[in-house]
Amino acid sequence: MSTETVVADKGAPLVEMHDISIAFGGIKAVDHASIDLHPGEVVGLLGHNGAGKSTLIKVLSGAYKRDSGTIRIDGKDADISNPRDAKAFGIETIYQTLALADNVDATANLYLGRELRTRWGTLDDIAMEAECRKVMGRLNPNFRRFKEPVKSLSGGQRQSVAIARAIHFNARILIMDEPTAALGPQETAQVGELIKQLKAQGIGIFLISHDIHDVFDLADRLTVMKNGRVVGTAHVKDVTKDEVLGMIILGKVPPGATPGPGAIA
Amino acid sequence: MAEQSSTGGPAASNEGPISRLIRAAEIDTRMLGMLAAMLVIWVGFDVISSILRPGGGGLFGGSFLTSRNLWILLVQTSVIAVMTTGMVLVIVLRQIDLSVGSMLSIVAVATGVLQVFDLGPLLGVGHPAIWIIAVVFAILLGAAIGAFNGILIAYGQIPSFIVTLGGLIAFSGAAFLIASGVTVAPMDKTFKLIGGNGPAASIGPLWSWALAAIACIGIGVAIVAGRRRRLKFSFKAKPVWAEVLSVVVGCAAVLGTTAVVNSYLYPPRVAERFALDNNIPIPPGVEDKSGLAICQAADKVVSCVDGLTFQTGYPIPVLIMLAVGLVMTFVARRTRFGRYIFATGGNPEAAELAGINTKRLTVTVFTLMGALVGISAIIASARLDAATTALGTLNELYVIAAAVIGGTSLAGGIGTIYGAILGALLMQSLQSGMALLNVDSAYTNIVVGIVLVLAVFVDQIYRRRVK
Ligand SMILES: Nc1ncnc2c1ncn2[C@@H]1O[C@H](COP(=O)(O)OP(=O)(O)O)[C@@H](O)[C@H]1O
Ligand SMILES: [Mg+2]
Repeated sequence: MSTETVVADKGAPLVEMHDISIAFGGIKAVDHASIDLHPGEVVGLLGHNGAGKSTLIKVLSGAYKRDSGTIRIDGKDADISNPRDAKAFGIETIYQTLALADNVDATANLYLGRELRTRWGTLDDIAMEAECRKVMGRLNPNFRRFKEPVKSLSGGQRQSVAIARAIHFNARILIMDEPTAALGPQETAQVGELIKQLKAQGIGIFLISHDIHDVFDLADRLTVMKNGRVVGTAHVKDVTKDEVLGMIILGKVPPGATPGPGAIA
Repeated sequence: MAEQSSTGGPAASNEGPISRLIRAAEIDTRMLGMLAAMLVIWVGFDVISSILRPGGGGLFGGSFLTSRNLWILLVQTSVIAVMTTGMVLVIVLRQIDLSVGSMLSIVAVATGVLQVFDLGPLLGVGHPAIWIIAVVFAILLGAAIGAFNGILIAYGQIPSFIVTLGGLIAFSGAAFLIASGVTVAPMDKTFKLIGGNGPAASIGPLWSWALAAIACIGIGVAIVAGRRRRLKFSFKAKPVWAEVLSVVVGCAAVLGTTAVVNSYLYPPRVAERFALDNNIPIPPGVEDKSGLAICQAADKVVSCVDGLTFQTGYPIPVLIMLAVGLVMTFVARRTRFGRYIFATGGNPEAAELAGINTKRLTVTVFTLMGALVGISAIIASARLDAATTALGTLNELYVIAAAVIGGTSLAGGIGTIYGAILGALLMQSLQSGMALLNVDSAYTNIVVGIVLVLAVFVDQIYRRRVK
């Protein structure tokens, strides 16, 4: 585990988001935030509700256009202004809201925007369903409701559809915004296993979670946000859970962490 | 019960035989409901008309379920039905197009002016290129106006309700200016056939049966191919009897419709004209006023029982309606474009996040809507043999009502092409039936309005129950 982390740290950063700001009306949702990610690394993103975590990663996924700041992928400036751009860079996202098309089935959601087609150019629904059964078989073996609109599925089932969609297309960078919010303990553990597998394949993962224990179990580093600003970034082994709670609640940065613009002196 | 467990869902154990059948065959119960409503309306009109005016020759002695009336009903449905197939997609995308009626007027009038005042004098009246140019022009003009609407909605971010409400008002004004207030007539003689008038505007019994045979084979091939593919991926397929039932029912519907349109014989006057024009000899016979055939009796042509008859077969506008329905069903169900429309209608943000260019999609859908309005404008003006500013008046409301009666949800994301066409047929049935009973059109409007609201009400109860 630790050797992997060291190797990962030495590689070129996969993602560097530098000095990102975005405001909605008067609210500075994200305020000069910087964050980075290496191949095979899991970076946990922590903070209260409304801290700006979802907004920051939505800038990376192309859902929002940043007001200022730069994004680099593999060390090169990346022009990401919509979700299509982000996907072209191998960025896949599990949104907090899941962002599923509620009125079509799991297969259609899995392939939304990237449908398989027959040689006549028509939708190859059967081939897509076959693939969908395979993926879902791995993620959620009890899943049977392939023909129903995802609206009628349970929260956990919907979540597994969203996860399936994010991992099925050879992502290099995976964003998971509260991926286990609707899951039970057993399914949450499964997602944990999945994250470890993906990490071992060299995928870089941003993991947003409200569960500090999850982040300590799965992440190599963590970044804490508060009021749109980055409080600090640290290797999980350099800080304690209590210190991280202090960062989240008070904005106080412990010695093991690198302070950001949101740190209180 | 045991053999059902593989096909039925968890609820299969406590179902009655009919619901088990419906589930196994994956029948759209909503469509069954609509067909049942249609049946009630049709039979009702025939029975009532038989009481008011006996001897109509209909199935129940009235004048509604006659081949003649059903043939006309199909022709009358075509204008609204063609546009409704586009409106379904517009509404599924969570938009609305209130401008289709005015758009129909402007396209019809512009196309009329083009062929009567420009192409006629330029190429010579009756030139064979005129109708082709007119048809292409009408479709392109419709598409262009639709694209204009779409661009304002998608890129200008003006709600479609407003953009097309503006269009509703503005386009009819523009149509009036183009027509300079007069009725543009008559249409080119080939163009006119698209409206379904006269013997040459139907394809006759032979071609009708040929088409029916092709359609039957097509249904069979499609079902077998679909089944093969499912089995190749070792998916659960419908039970064989359900597949066979689908082919039999589908084929029976096709053959039945064909039998009906073929059994409509041209009235004696029209038949006589057609025989004379085409040098078809009229056999000698004895006059019989109740006969549907024509005979040569001494120096004049008379009605008789055993003589010359002309079966009409499918009229061109009905063929256009069926073709549009098929193509649009294909577009909605089998193409990426169709999939994106439904996904976007279900959740626009999710579609955008999935990388779908929803703005371009919106423009394309409105452009398609416009092109379909172009086709309807051709049918409507050809049928009337004239283009007037009033041609499309209120059509937007009928088109939207047909889509909604046909199960399209105004909340977006839900709707079918065949449902919308059935909705158009149902509404036209009400209108034609009441016209047949000499009901004042004011009452007809009241009934159609009530049916629209009732249909949505029943639909909501049904959807809640299914959930
Ligand atoms: N689309 C939006 N429009 C307006 N305000 C927004 C929007 N998205 C987020 N915000 C605001 O930005 C702030 C950060 O929100 P968010 O990124 O969702 O926080 P987190 O994910 O950390 O809980 C909140 O104050 C929120 O209300
Ligand atoms: Mg959030």
